Formats: sequence, C-alpha cells, structure tokens
Amino acid sequence: MSFALPPFTTVLGPEDVARALTRIAHEVVERSKGASDVVLLGIPTRGVPLAQRLAERLAAIDPAFDPVAALGELDVTMYRDDLHRNPTRAVGVTRLPAVGIDGKVVVLVDDVLFSGRTIRAALDAISDLGRPRAVRLACLVDRGHRELPIRPDFVGKNLPTSTDERVQVQLAEIDGADSVVISGRAAVGEETR
Amino acid sequence: MKHLLSAQDLTRDEAILLLDTAAQMAATQSREIKKLPTLRGRTVVNLFFEDSTRTRISFETAAKRLSADVINFSAKGSSVSKGESLKDTALTLHAMGADAVVVRHWASGAPHQLAHAGWLDAAVLNAGDGTHQHPTQALLDAFTIRRHLAGGTGDLAGLRVAIVGDVLHSRVARSNVHLLRTLGADVTLVSPPTLLPVGVETWPCATSYDLDATLADWKPDAVMMLRVQRERMSGGAGAFFPSALEYSRRYGLDHRRLAVLPDHTIVMHPGPMNRGLEISAQAADSDRSVIVEQVANGVAVRMAALYLLLAGGSSAEGTSI
Amino acid sequence: MPAYVIRNVRPLGGDAVDVVLDGGVVAAVGADVEAPAGAVEIDGTGHVLLPGLVDLHTHLREPGREDAETVESGTRAAAAGGFTAVHAMANTSPVADTAGVVEQVWRLGQEAGWVDVHPVGAVTVGLGGDRLAELGAMADSKARVRVFSDDGKCVHDPVLMRRALEYVKAFDGVVAQHAQEPRLTEGAQMHEGVVSAEIGLAGWPAVAEEAIIARDVLLAEHVGSRLHVCHLSTRGSVEIVRWAKARGIDVTAEVTPHHLILTDENARGYDPTFKVNPPLRTADDVEAVREGLADGTIDIVATDHAPHPLEDKDCEWAAAAFGMTGLETALSVVQAAMVDTGRMTWADVARVLSTNPARIGRIDAAHGRPIAVGEPANLVLVDPAATRVVDGAAQQTASANTPFRGRELPGRVVATFLRGRATVLDGSPVAAA
Repeated sequence: MSFALPPFTTVLGPEDVARALTRIAHEVVERSKGASDVVLLGIPTRGVPLAQRLAERLAAIDPAFDPVAALGELDVTMYRDDLHRNPTRAVGVTRLPAVGIDGKVVVLVDDVLFSGRTIRAALDAISDLGRPRAVRLACLVDRGHRELPIRPDFVGKNLPTSTDERVQVQLAEIDGADSVVISGRAAVGEETR
Repeated sequence: MKHLLSAQDLTRDEAILLLDTAAQMAATQSREIKKLPTLRGRTVVNLFFEDSTRTRISFETAAKRLSADVINFSAKGSSVSKGESLKDTALTLHAMGADAVVVRHWASGAPHQLAHAGWLDAAVLNAGDGTHQHPTQALLDAFTIRRHLAGGTGDLAGLRVAIVGDVLHSRVARSNVHLLRTLGADVTLVSPPTLLPVGVETWPCATSYDLDATLADWKPDAVMMLRVQRERMSGGAGAFFPSALEYSRRYGLDHRRLAVLPDHTIVMHPGPMNRGLEISAQAADSDRSVIVEQVANGVAVRMAALYLLLAGGSSAEGTSI
Repeated sequence: MPAYVIRNVRPLGGDAVDVVLDGGVVAAVGADVEAPAGAVEIDGTGHVLLPGLVDLHTHLREPGREDAETVESGTRAAAAGGFTAVHAMANTSPVADTAGVVEQVWRLGQEAGWVDVHPVGAVTVGLGGDRLAELGAMADSKARVRVFSDDGKCVHDPVLMRRALEYVKAFDGVVAQHAQEPRLTEGAQMHEGVVSAEIGLAGWPAVAEEAIIARDVLLAEHVGSRLHVCHLSTRGSVEIVRWAKARGIDVTAEVTPHHLILTDENARGYDPTFKVNPPLRTADDVEAVREGLADGTIDIVATDHAPHPLEDKDCEWAAAAFGMTGLETALSVVQAAMVDTGRMTWADVARVLSTNPARIGRIDAAHGRPIAVGEPANLVLVDPAATRVVDGAAQQTASANTPFRGRELPGRVVATFLRGRATVLDGSPVAAA
C-alpha cells in the first residue's frame, strides 16, 4: 500500500493475548494440582504486568491463590552474563512475594523467550534468594533460537522467527494496548499488502 | 562518565541514578546471600596512600558483594616521607590489569591525575583526596537523607541541611555542598570564621558562624556534624580555635541543642566521631542519629558506583552515568 | 667572527634601516649602508631589532642540580630566547653565598659563551635567614656581584633585611626580595581564593606578598637604600609599589611572563606544571600587573626561569616542585600580553626586558644600550609576525616544565648577537668556534 508503513506484522491481538494468558493460567493450575503453592515472579519489564494478569486469573480459578501475596518481581540485571557487551543497564526492582519462595512452586513470567540467557540469570538469582520446590517458566511468546538448554513449561504462542527479526510484546499497562508484533521480517512487503 | 572523581561533576540525573541503583543494592544486602555475581572477573584495586580502615573496608565489602576480585594496595608514604611515586604505582596497577582503582590520597587532585595523566586506563573512584572531595561519602549522605526525609525516591528538593564544623579542611563538606545543591536541597555551612575557606562565598550555600541561630531560626531537616581534628587547636599562634571546650560550647551538638531541633530532624556524622568535642554522646546515640545507618548505606552506594562504572560495556566508551 | 649586515630592520620597532655589526660593536646604522667585505647579510624585513635581553632572575641550577639545568644548557636557552645577559640566582647547592661559588658560576658562564652570566649572591648564609653572607667578598670577587637575593626564600627577619639593605650601599648593590611572609604561607600550594577553596589546595594569600613589600619599601625609605622586588604578582603589590615610587622611595619591581598571562584557573587540572611561587593569581591580578608594567610601576619583566627534572613535576601537586621554565618563551609572552594588546611598543619591551634590568643589575655599561654606532653589539632580532607552538622537549633548556606546552605563541627570535658574535642564527643556537 505504502512504503511509509512500518515493516511489521501483528501476530497476536488483544483477544489473542488474553486467551493465551487464560490458557496458561489453567495449565499452571493443572500442572501443580491447584495454585495454593504457586508464586509468580515477573521479570521486568513486561513480565511484571503479565505476572499480575496471570495472578488475577489464577485467583479466579483457585480461590486458595492470593493474587497479592503470591506475586513478586525479579530483576535479573545483576545476574546477566552480557553486561559488559552492552551499555550499563539500570538495575530494576526485585520484590519477593509476601509468602516467600522457599518450598513454593515459582513460576517465572517473561514476555518473550529467545536465547534463554535471561532465564539462566533468573535461575541464578532465585537460587540466591531461596529454595523453591520447583521453578517453572511461562512466556507469552517463544520465538526459538535457544542458546542454552532451557525450555518453557507454559507458552502463549510458539513463533518461528529468523534471528534478524525483532519480536515485540506490547501491553496495555506500558504501551497502551496489547499486541505481539514482528518487525524486520523479509517478507514484509507481501504481508502488509 | 568513566570515573567518579568529584561530587561536583554529577548531574542531577546521574546523582539520582546512583541513588536509585544504591537503593536496589541496599535491598540485596538484607538477604541471606548478599553476594551478587555482577562483577565476576573484574579486578578492583583499593589504593590507599592514607590510612582509612573504614573507607577501605566499605569499598572492599562493596566490591566483594559484587564478586569482583579485590586487591588492597596500601602505599605508605606521606607528603613528608615520599614512598613510591603515584606514577609508578599507577603503571604497576595498569600492568596488573586493574579494571577500577579506588584511591584515597593525602594530596588533593591525586585521583584526578590518576584518571587523566595517561598512566592507567582503569576507572578511578575517588575515596577521598586531601581537602578536596569524597564523592561516595556525599552520595551516602544524600542516600541517607533521601531515605529518611524524601521517601527514598527522587531528589531532595526543599530540604535543609546544616553542615557544621571544620569546613576548611573538609572534603566531606566540599562534596556535600555541591551534591546536595544538585539534588535541590538548601545547605548552610556553620563554622568558626577561621575554619571557613577564603572563597566560600562563591559556593552554592549559605554560611553562618552561629549554630544556635541556625538551629533555632532555620530549622534544618538534617544536621551533619564534621569531625574536628585535634591538631587544629594546637600549633600555638596557628591554632584555629582556642580550646576544645570553647569549640564544643560554640559548635558542638549537645543535648541542649538536640532539644531545639524539629522532631523529624536527623543527625549525621561521617565518622570517626570525637565524642564530647563536635558531638555529645547523647546526640550520637539519640533516636535522631542515623550515623550507624550511614555506614551501612556506604556499602550500597559504593556498590552502585562500582556497578555503574564497571558493569557496562568497555568502560573507556563511557556509560550512561 | 664575520661582520653582519641586517638589512631593512626596524630598531625598537621604528623605521626600517640597515644595521652593520663589526668588531663587536654596532658599526653603522642607516639606509643602504655599505657592507664590510665578507659580511654576512641577513634580511631583516618585517623584523624588529632590540638590545639583547637581560634577565635579572634566572635559575641555572649549577652547581648542585645539573639534572635540571647546567650553566651551559641554561645560557643556551637564554640565547635562544634573545638574552645576552642573565643573573643566576643563588639557591644552588652549595648556595652562592661565598666568593668561591659566585666565581665558579661566573667562570662557567664565560666558558659556555652564550650570554654574560652575572651571579646573584645570597643575602644570608645558606639562605638560612639567620645571618648575612659575606656580601662584600662577593661584590669584590671576579663575579662583581651587585644583586643579592635569597630568592626561593624571603628575608623575613626585619632587622636582617634592614642590615642587608644598608650594607649593600657600600658597593652600590641591591637586595632583590622574594616577598613571602613565611608563616602565612606554611604548606601553601596555590593562590588563596575561589579556586583554592574549591579544589582543596592550601592557599597562598596575596597579603603574604603584599605585607612584606609594604614593610620593605618602608625599610628602604628609612635607611635610604634601593630595593628590588622580585616577581610581584598581585594588584595590592602593584599599588604598594606605585605608592612607594610616588613617595620617592628607590624601589624597582619585576613581574614574570607567566604572571602576565596565566591565572589560578590553570590549577584546576592539578597539572603541577602550573605550580609556581608566587602562585598564579586571579585574572584581576593579571590585569593589574599588565597595567603596572605599562605605566612603569613595574620596571622589568624577569623570567624566574625555574627548570625542574620531570620527576619533580610528574607527581601529586602537593609533592611537586615550584617553578616553570621561561627563558625561551618570555619575549613571546610579553609580545602576546603587552604588544599585541596595544599596551606597549617594542621600545617599551626594550625598556622592560633590557635597559631597566641592566641598570638595576649595574651591568648597563655593556647591556641594555641604545642601538647606535659604537655601542656593544648585544642585540636580538625578532620576527613578530611568526607564530609557533611551544614544545617543551624541543627547547634548549634541559627541563621541559614549560606552562605553555602546546600553546601557540607569537614572535620568534631569529638571531641573537653577543658582542657581535651570533649566538643564535635563523632561530638555532650557534656554538662559539
């Protein structure tokens, strides 16, 4: 239509995101046989509102789940292995769930799973913070290209991509509206027609 | 910013980033496992040309909590007895591959020279130079004030800080005046006229010779007492004030002056204290005193400084602070 | 020694003429003069001819600190800077406080042959400030000392200063005072003011200089002696000297090139090259010494050339030595600060860098002479239109502590003549045959 259009493709819209989260919530409850031992740790930035939304859904499914006390956020900046390949990152907030993580089933929540390095850092951070019974991983999008032996337990959408593409999750809390978009895709001209 | 040499060099945004980062570092220090892997493989040298066990331990703790390798290099020698030269020491550290050098020196400007003379390409952190600067002390003071009086976030706009004592010889005062002003606080220096430097009139602060009037009329939110070195009152004709008794009568923080302070006002001291001289035991140990907390905050602030100077990409390219 | 004909040159910046140097004297001055047979022709177009410069305040460091400078290297630097005579300060090791030491320095100067070296004698034994050195013996020696100074230290005892002022009258000597009240400057590192307060270096207050100058001019008045004030650096000092002169007191004063152009702001980078005594002052003081030099309150510019080996400057500010080199930049700095700013003419430059210092040092029979037929051919040829970037390592002095390193300065010494012999030609020193 026009060359001015940004070269991106929307792969999930607001309803898709909502549906994916609901499905993940059910899978978490199913997998843990109830949510009473589950705590959620959102990984900033967009893992935090995703964890918040998951918490609300878990509470709706299992009233034994406290969506406030079982919710936390985990900044992994100081555990990253790529710090000195990049400009200095601001250190984010780490807030453990009020109920703690010892003996709990910790579900890490992130927006996009890619190389797995963030999750590696998160696992190191968790082991410094306590001793959960189990750690599971939920992500809205798994775009592949893992560099470490890490796989998600709960996935909103598997998205095959090439390494030069960018996958962006946008959330109402931060970006104004929910969507998942891919940019830099070679076949963009065709798709946006 | 590649180095941390002077509190005067910090912009408001840089200072707030340092304080915010320090807040996150402080949060990690209440955990059972306090060590973070962040600076694994980095080497921090504590280069102390002047004894200061407290500051050295604080930097050493900060670096170790971030998993850096720490080498303590105590270069004895003073202005009187010169030891190894600054240049040779710097070349040695360069050869050893130091990533950061924390330097305490009796000579004003020595950290500046280390950073800029081309002897060394490590990040330089000033841990106190002569009567010039002690930027991490000012940062930990600002951090402590912010935590108690500004809700732990943002700047210090509108807060009043009285800095009392030997301003002339104080790197703590020089650092604090500029940083507190950068963060929006108002500062009054209270000192005997002999202990205010000629030229102080250009500093971004007010000055007073009268502690009682400052406390009663200006109602500071924080009162920072500076250490008075006992040698300042010796030296016969060159003494800066007549006696310890007269000094503490006019400029010491005692129970009487403590009682005048507004309820929320905190009492600070960079340590080590001369109890009974610039601060009475009651004042030092009162509920208002945050002196012990300043020490703890020192570790968090130094972790933040090391993190921001060292964690990012090649430090030579500079970082966001 | 060949004769020289300098064509189309402007003596003291005046109208262009030809000048012939022959037999050690100025042989002819005029339009289209005839060159003696075999004379070397020098094109002086656009150049200024001045009497050879005279420095009343040079540290040649020999004997004792030959690692910083020798009489040979220091006088070679002097020639390169356009000087034909220098007064060598007494703070050597051993101190020049006896006839033996001043004769040694004088002889080394003769042997080097670059400029006339006139040793300054110490006022007190070992610069100790306790008792008078044998001033008469130095005056009567081959070195014929007329200038006495404890420079580097102040003759602070008022009685001793009075005695010295009186005593040198017997041989028409002069005491050159390093005005620094010692108690007010204990541990001092730089000018006391806004910059020292901020960067945390111990202050050297202006009053420590002014108080001594005020005392000394009154002492000189009281005993009817002449007094010379070394390296005056503050507005207050200029005002005191102006007052003293108006009162008829026989006082002369000098300013260094660096105090004409540099300020305490230069200390901000903690580069010890800028550490000097007296310290660099404020911009207002610079303005005052320029005014004083232009109106004659300050009689002369003297370099206070103070060479130091690298290790004495490549260190912490507080541990570094005081002093900066100046022989090879003095004329350029005076041109930049005074001539190019329209405050002085080239004739004024000749007055403050040659005539007056020669007179104060009582060497005015040979130096600081008019450019006229029959006068000794002690001359310097200057190209004021040239510019150069100062490179400490490329200078003739053995030390590199020039504060003008990397700075572009106007003017270039093209040639220097000592009694008709070219010590510098085309900007390069020429050793005696």
